[in-house]
Amino acid sequence: MSDPSARLKPTCFQELILTLQDYWAAQGCLILQPFDMEMGAGTFHPATTLRALGPKPWYAAYVQPSRRPKDGRYGDNPLRLQHYYQFQAILKPSPSDILERYLSSLEAIGIDTSLHDIRFVEDDWESPTLGAWGLGWEVWCDGSEISQFTYFQQVGGIEVGLVSGEITYGLERLAVYLFDKKSIYDLPFNRTDSEVPLTYCDVFLENEREQSAYNFEVADTDMLFRHFADAEKECIRLIDRKLPLPAYEQCIKASHVFNLLDARGVISVTERQSYILRVRELAKACCEAWLATQTAEAA
Amino acid sequence: MAELLLELLSEEIPARMQTRAAEDLKRLVCDGLKAAGLEFSDARAFATPRRLALVADGLPTARADVREEKRGPRVGAPDQAVQGFLKSAGLTSLDQAEKRDTGKGEFWFAIVNKKGGPTEAALPGIIDAAMRGLPWPKSMKWGSGTMTWVRPLQSIVALFDGKVLPGEVAPGGAMAPIKFGDTTRGHRFLSKGEIKVSGFADYAAKLRTAHVILDAAERKKIVLASAEKLCAEVQVSLKADEGLLEEVAGLVEWPVPLLGTIDGQFMDVPPEVLIVSMRTHQRYFATTKPDGALANRFVVVANNVARDGGRTIVDGNERVLRSRLADAKFFWDQDRKTRLEDRLPALRDIVFHAKLGTQAERVERIAGLAVEIAKFVPGADVGPVALAARLCKADLVSGMVGEFPELQGVMGRYYALGEKLPAAVADAIGDHYAPAGPNDRCPSAPVSIAVALADKLESLISFWSIGEKPTGSRDPYALRRAALGIIRIVVENKIRLPLKHFFKADDLMEFFAERLKVQVREKGVRHDVVDAVFALGGEDDLVRLLARVEAVQSFLGTDAGKNLLTAYGRAVNIVRVEERKDKALAAKIAGAPDPTLFEQEEERALFSRLAALSLSSRIKSEDFVGAMNDLAGLRAPIDAFFEKVTVNVTDNDQLRLNRLKLLNQIRATMDSVADFSKIEG
Repeated sequence: MSDPSARLKPTCFQELILTLQDYWAAQGCLILQPFDMEMGAGTFHPATTLRALGPKPWYAAYVQPSRRPKDGRYGDNPLRLQHYYQFQAILKPSPSDILERYLSSLEAIGIDTSLHDIRFVEDDWESPTLGAWGLGWEVWCDGSEISQFTYFQQVGGIEVGLVSGEITYGLERLAVYLFDKKSIYDLPFNRTDSEVPLTYCDVFLENEREQSAYNFEVADTDMLFRHFADAEKECIRLIDRKLPLPAYEQCIKASHVFNLLDARGVISVTERQSYILRVRELAKACCEAWLATQTAEAA
Repeated sequence: MAELLLELLSEEIPARMQTRAAEDLKRLVCDGLKAAGLEFSDARAFATPRRLALVADGLPTARADVREEKRGPRVGAPDQAVQGFLKSAGLTSLDQAEKRDTGKGEFWFAIVNKKGGPTEAALPGIIDAAMRGLPWPKSMKWGSGTMTWVRPLQSIVALFDGKVLPGEVAPGGAMAPIKFGDTTRGHRFLSKGEIKVSGFADYAAKLRTAHVILDAAERKKIVLASAEKLCAEVQVSLKADEGLLEEVAGLVEWPVPLLGTIDGQFMDVPPEVLIVSMRTHQRYFATTKPDGALANRFVVVANNVARDGGRTIVDGNERVLRSRLADAKFFWDQDRKTRLEDRLPALRDIVFHAKLGTQAERVERIAGLAVEIAKFVPGADVGPVALAARLCKADLVSGMVGEFPELQGVMGRYYALGEKLPAAVADAIGDHYAPAGPNDRCPSAPVSIAVALADKLESLISFWSIGEKPTGSRDPYALRRAALGIIRIVVENKIRLPLKHFFKADDLMEFFAERLKVQVREKGVRHDVVDAVFALGGEDDLVRLLARVEAVQSFLGTDAGKNLLTAYGRAVNIVRVEERKDKALAAKIAGAPDPTLFEQEEERALFSRLAALSLSSRIKSEDFVGAMNDLAGLRAPIDAFFEKVTVNVTDNDQLRLNRLKLLNQIRATMDSVADFSKIEG
């Protein structure tokens, strides 16, 4: 295994991650580590949201643990989790062969395109909370969505200069596919011939149960409402102090707290819209402030 | 004569945009050719998931120089006219035009010299303009460029007479231009490398070899034929779905239908749920058993010829369907744990419209209306009607409808049946959105009728009350559909519903009249007859209205009707002409004529015939055919009257006025049946 490109086809969850990292590193991407905050998707990582703006090229890839409290199923649904992993590659500006590069990544992880049916199905991506949208596809493998592919057109309400191509792999779903399992919980996390072989179930089932209970039943909503208000206030204060990076962290926090409150069902439909708008205002302000520092640097 | 071949290869184009884009490309290129004076015999356009293609045949290889003269406005004409002329002639100032005396004055003339030359010199500009003008519903930029297209553009084939046209498209930024060329690519997975083409026939043939069926119609045919064959082998039938077929044909360049099986554990979930889940999430076709029930087979259309014959693909699709249906089954099982009644409080959290309050408030209004409507619907007992109306929106807050909004109503019905509510109540919940369009089924059970009418009337009344009336092109709350729904339910079930009992707004009644005209036009009912009956005012019972319309229309189809209409026109005309001369006349000839003033037999005969009519009682008892027969009896005395009697006698004004009164009475009598002045010849 001295030559990373010669890595064998992955046989377990962690090898899937390692293979994707190797592959995208070979494509010239930085390999970053997950952002150390709760977020709903890899797109929230500043390495995507903020770096998609500004005049500088940026190739990066990373795994991001993602939390969607509403998707919790107490570990009962074989294919739905409230905590899961996304692998994200962002290439800015998008190279003209980006789809071919993406398809080669599928070959690298063991999807033989002479056996499977790969389809690009229209999917306009929009993140109301990030004030972002782009055009692209869901990528289907035999009817299963294995990736999302987006050309960012706007982020934080700002039209992008260079267009980023963003590729997001839903790792669990992809692994279920690759390793032919009926349930995410049956996935081998490490190699089955390891000294201590463990499955996804061993690692995460209890977590899904407890977190689902927390998300839907136990979370202290008064506290969460306070946290939301605090994060919002702090974000605005930090933007005033021209600190867009820490400000953006508060925006991420507000967004996650909102997702928790939403899962607890304590936000009515009308309020929901206003909360989304509040987070978007934060995201916009952070993006604008960050872009200002980028343009200042470039000048 | 030569051929133009154009292909725009890009990353995957959304299925829903392909057909329209091909048509637009054809239109724009053809317009460009015509504007350049290039004749062609035929143009066809095609779309696949990755390409738009166009071929135009019979183009000349060169054009002669053309000199055109264009006459403009008179010298000294207003500036606006001059500017319009300059613009249309492509000139910037009058210095470029010349004055000429035509004998009828001095006019401006523009001399436009269209340079001829080889056709290929004109084509790149036409292609460029067509690409810029192509109206994608959504387009994007990519890389560092500024150009927009539906998805990143990859290559352009532009051949004229077998030769590559000079030209290129610049995406902008730091990106290399895309040069016109003669190479394309085949199927993304079933073909490798570039394909060089020399003309359309070669292009289409080579694409086929490279696993691309260029024509969407052919792809559809292949999907249908292969899918039906697969179905026949396992004794099921493909459930027709034109919309899905259209979409699937836009998702594959090389269609390969495959047969999959639905896991048996899901077959007790309602079939509507299975079908919607398969269709919206997975683009699968459903199949049915010989008895019409949903079969446990589905058809997926792959875009690949797999080397294992598709086994892996089918396995994968069955697996993903299992997880989809597991979720649907989860909702189905969860939802049934909560009674519809217990969901009602949650409707208070759903804002229906900022000015119209929550769904809960709307439900109250619907329930109030439904109970009131029930009085006019034979067999609709108030108890079930009130219950169904109260519960009809409860499924909006169920998990399943949250996931599949199109199952609203359908799920409410299932949940109601599960709770052992009366079948009539469950059906009314399921039916209350119907009819959703002209081809949708119309509710016919009494309870369903009452609730379905209430739902639609509530929309109309509420939106009317806040001034949200549909305009020519805007009808965001589908109020036209609501009105048409009411009309269909009322007419098809012959419900005697006095609409005015439910709302006061006159323009809402007019709105119904307009919709009714549209609705009945297809059945050959004349819009002027509807107008004539509506013009009487006060009629708000659509069933009675249509009965009257039918009677009038069939009467007008008879000789008696036609003649009487002529006589009516004559009577009205005479009165109108006189009224124009004398503004005070209308008052003088109001009321019945005085029989003692009659001088001729024909006057007396007409008068006594008019007096003998019992139109109002016939109309009251809705004997419209009888009323028409009565009117038919007027024909002879009226004809005789006009033949023998002079109305405008000059020497006896009293007699003249009395005769005008008689004419006025003809009009009044006939107008009590319909306003015949609205009838068009």
